[in-house]
Amino acid sequence: MSDARPHLSPAQQAWRRFRRHRPAIVSAWFLATLLLLVLLWPVCLRVLGTHFAGLHSPNQLSDAQFSPPNAAHWFGTDLHGRDVFSRVLYGARISLLVGVVGALVSLVIGVLWGAIAGYTGGRTDAVMMRFVDVLYSLPTIIFVIVLLTTLGQVIKHSHWVQSSPALEGNLRVVLLFVGLGAVSWLTMARIVRGQVLSLRTRPFVEASRALGAKPHWILARHIIPNIFGIAITYLALTMPAIILYESFLSYLGLGVQPPMASWGTLVAEGVTQINPIRIYWWLIAFPGAVLVSTLLALNFLGDGLRDAWDVKNRP
Amino acid sequence: MYFVRRILFAVPLLLVISLLAFMLVKAMPGGPFDRERAHASPEVERNLRAAYHLDEPGWKQYLRYLGLLWERSPDGSLHHVSGGLLNGDFGKSTKYRNHTVNDIIAQGLPVSLLLGAVAFGFAMGLGLPIGFWTAAKRGRWEDYIGSFFTILVVCIPAFVIAPMLILGFALKWRLLPVGLWETPWHVILPSAGLGMMFVGKIARIFREGMLQAAQSEFVTAARAKGLSEYALLLRHAVRIGVLPVVSYAGPMLADLLTGSFVIESIFQIPGIGVFLVNSSLNLDAPLIVGLALLYAMLLIVLNLAVDFAYTLLDPRVKYE
Repeated sequence: MSDARPHLSPAQQAWRRFRRHRPAIVSAWFLATLLLLVLLWPVCLRVLGTHFAGLHSPNQLSDAQFSPPNAAHWFGTDLHGRDVFSRVLYGARISLLVGVVGALVSLVIGVLWGAIAGYTGGRTDAVMMRFVDVLYSLPTIIFVIVLLTTLGQVIKHSHWVQSSPALEGNLRVVLLFVGLGAVSWLTMARIVRGQVLSLRTRPFVEASRALGAKPHWILARHIIPNIFGIAITYLALTMPAIILYESFLSYLGLGVQPPMASWGTLVAEGVTQINPIRIYWWLIAFPGAVLVSTLLALNFLGDGLRDAWDVKNRP
Repeated sequence: MYFVRRILFAVPLLLVISLLAFMLVKAMPGGPFDRERAHASPEVERNLRAAYHLDEPGWKQYLRYLGLLWERSPDGSLHHVSGGLLNGDFGKSTKYRNHTVNDIIAQGLPVSLLLGAVAFGFAMGLGLPIGFWTAAKRGRWEDYIGSFFTILVVCIPAFVIAPMLILGFALKWRLLPVGLWETPWHVILPSAGLGMMFVGKIARIFREGMLQAAQSEFVTAARAKGLSEYALLLRHAVRIGVLPVVSYAGPMLADLLTGSFVIESIFQIPGIGVFLVNSSLNLDAPLIVGLALLYAMLLIVLNLAVDFAYTLLDPRVKYE
């Protein structure tokens, strides 16, 4: 009668299922490699000597304008003779950072909003979720742009930036985190609320309430841990959406400002060089390809997590 | 009855949306005339602000915008201020000063509608067959290849695919024209660039829906009757399997029809997608609110159409 298999915690079971999802594993390796490359590239530039650094430093101007991909410049060079490969790797820092932090911001807002609405119920729930409905039917793009342009102006004229102008670029990145997180939490809030609604009637939560536990204790102790799987899955799926949004905003010129670059600004620079006489395809194709593969990998990762935590089949 | 109530509910929703968009713009520091190329003299700016009633308190501006403002004439009698949203007047743009918002919408919307409709047709025409095919061949190599293609396409943003289409089809091979909006040939590349991502989304949603429908009991019953797999899917599963596609198609069509900034600016098309972004950049309140309302109205109508289509497709669905 005895079961030969050892008892596994839900997290261990999820890990087992995740390992069987081959695209997700390949994606995880791809992302890890990309991250390593992004982190190690500055070190390479320093270690491999001045000649190498002179060729590849992302802000190093040179006479080799618009040279197509070759042995020295793997992704070619741009208008100012800068190495596109280096620029893509430096752009990755911004794009990935905004993706991760923006998704975390949306996670925090979404989980708190959904958990509070679902747990409190009643009129609070109704008001909070109608608010989400209304935000859903506003074009988010308007919201983001108005927020970013006006707060961008505020940053520009604030006394911090007036005293040290170098700060402006960094503050704009922080603004992107907050702005993108602030518009990407709606789906998360809806899903979390649905989960909390079903969780709060479960026996172990009722038992805890019967024992006199306070709502914030129940939320922190029982509800939040139980929506961890779903939250982590949607975190992985929100990340590509936010990276995409950031590159779109940077493409519009609302994101990071030069000389900082993200994948969006790199593609945008390539687009400005479109002309009927000469075709500089590498300016768009390489940043675009790295962007697309990252989004693809994150989506596969999200799929793998969804299968691992069995999100769909839960009540 | 259900649909009547839904339509009635749309009115307060639109009011809330207009109020939110209005408040959002007003809450932001700075005004619509801060970014003029040459800064206006205080005198001129005061006159401009007065002409657009920006010197009034916010609530009064909003009531004037709605067309619910009554003012006292010099002789003491109340009279209704003409214009306003309730009379179908979206007001004047604060940036494009020779144009009313109605003008801008009337000029740009037909272009965006055409572009969006063709892109929608492209997404459906390619997405549905791919979705059906991958569902029918589930678990086989055709499914893996098709599914990889669809997820890949979902991950390619419009601002990457559109320039590549221009470089390839217009500049390198010189097959299709770009940069104008005259012949039907000019419509092909922009709508392909716009619809490409949705091909993948539609195909993925349709595949999922078909697989779910294929597990329901009436399909098992039909299989027991000895129907072939294709006939089974085509005759029985499709009606249910297409439902998720229908509910996704509503919001998607609203997105497509209100234009795309990226596609319109890369291909230099005079649609309203460009105005959606530019109005937000310029803090052009009447234009922002007008376009937000247009989008919301489209969304509400299309979601209603989705629900109506449900009752036609699935006899089990009934709205109280």
